[in-house]
Amino acid sequence: MESLRGKVAIVGAADTEVGVVPQLSATQLYVNAAKRALEDAGITKDEVDGLITCNSFVEPYMYHAEMIAEYMQIFPRYCLNVATGGGTTLAILHHAAAAIASGMCHTVLITMADNMLSGLSRDRAIEAMSTAGHAQFERPYGPPIPAFYALIAQAHMHAYGTTGEQLAAVAVACRRHASMNPAAQMRDPITVDDVVNSRMIASPLHLLDCSLVSDGGAALILTSAERARDFPHPPVYMLGVGEGHSHEHISQARDLTTSAAKEAGERAYAMAGLGPKDIDVAELYDCFTPVVVIELEDLGFCPKGEGGRFVEDGRIELGGELPVNTHGGLMSHCHPGHPGSMFSVTEAVFQLRGICGPRQVKDANIAFVHAQGGIMSTHCSMILGKEVG
Amino acid sequence: MTTSIAKAPAKALPVPTGETQPFWDGCRNHELRIQQCSACGHYQFYPRLYCTACMSEQVEWVRASGRGTVLSFTVVYRPVTKAFAEEVPYVVALVTLEEGPQLMSNIIECDPEQVAIGMPVESVFEDWSEDIAVLKFRPVLA
Repeated sequence: MESLRGKVAIVGAADTEVGVVPQLSATQLYVNAAKRALEDAGITKDEVDGLITCNSFVEPYMYHAEMIAEYMQIFPRYCLNVATGGGTTLAILHHAAAAIASGMCHTVLITMADNMLSGLSRDRAIEAMSTAGHAQFERPYGPPIPAFYALIAQAHMHAYGTTGEQLAAVAVACRRHASMNPAAQMRDPITVDDVVNSRMIASPLHLLDCSLVSDGGAALILTSAERARDFPHPPVYMLGVGEGHSHEHISQARDLTTSAAKEAGERAYAMAGLGPKDIDVAELYDCFTPVVVIELEDLGFCPKGEGGRFVEDGRIELGGELPVNTHGGLMSHCHPGHPGSMFSVTEAVFQLRGICGPRQVKDANIAFVHAQGGIMSTHCSMILGKEVG
Repeated sequence: MTTSIAKAPAKALPVPTGETQPFWDGCRNHELRIQQCSACGHYQFYPRLYCTACMSEQVEWVRASGRGTVLSFTVVYRPVTKAFAEEVPYVVALVTLEEGPQLMSNIIECDPEQVAIGMPVESVFEDWSEDIAVLKFRPVLA
């Protein structure tokens, strides 16, 4: 298998306004993100010959990427709509890189957005919450989405002695970073006590162990490494990428406390020729606090079972050993559904460009981004760097 | 090992498919049925056309013991929909059957706070309609 290492770069990255954005429809958010990313890359829409989106939950189209192309009057040679839940963003980047490296297209626009906060009727909001899980073998038992992740958290606590306070440290770190990010939806700092004293949703997960519901979108422009130097901003190279897929339904998971993030991470490290010690900043999927703990272990940042201890004492905060979710993550920056990880990628790009102001990680050269979808079902890891070499 | 709970919740009834009908037929008779491969002996749940271990088509329906242990659980305080509101707090669990397969269920007939990982449980069926009984579990009394 020929490696994609260093063959593709991100040359444009932009977020829309995020959080509560009632003035834009879901489709408008996609297009707003796209326009901003094109401007960031300094190109016109006519230079885009590949377009990849994920469908909107609020305003879906059967051929969503074609819909966005039609709306923008772009006529791509490569047009694809991808769906792997929260893992979609990085899966899309993987597909885009493969398409560019194989010559299917030269310049890919990726745009993802949704308005889960402002765009849903009450009935559709209930539908969004209650249609997760297997219709015959899970839904009859009444699991709200947090319950699926609570099953993982409980298993991790039982196996490794992880505590509620340790899980809370993840939410605290994300909120501290969000407090330094003017774009973030939730910016008031919180403490471990605030988290463990917030309302219990599904034990052991409290309200503040859960991520936000938001509006927002983000877009990226990718092209080949050879062409990447001709753009206004320094390119951010894709050094490694890998996926892992273990199940659809949590009741079928082969393991509750070790996820397919392990395979995804190993594949990304192998391609990049790098390891956990080389990473300066990590943007990890954080729909619920235990997910970050398990990802840190599975991605090799600490041994299995040590994730709870690893997140304590500010180790994943700015100035710590491994700053995680420097924009505030899904916990505190925003979580508009499937596009959630787009903001991890745009943040990684901004960190590598060195433009993050008070939340900038000093000398950030290598960033790790990880996304998962379903209930720890589908995983993609990506390593981004300022230099190919 | 079985009990009937006369409750008519406004919950969406599971809709059996051709593939899952024998399971639901078993439930209606308060009997837990899973599949076993005649070629390699592997047990599986949920029902499938082939054996996931050896891809044999010779998968047969067998009666499971109904005994298992709690693999993990959560006590739900915020119900997924109003149909579940009167049951709060309720236990959603993953149960590993004695035969090997794991599945999701509720642990009932106990104080939710007493449920623990590794706890032995046994099957119990809740009649939701004339055709549909839902598989649940309760602690095995020592």
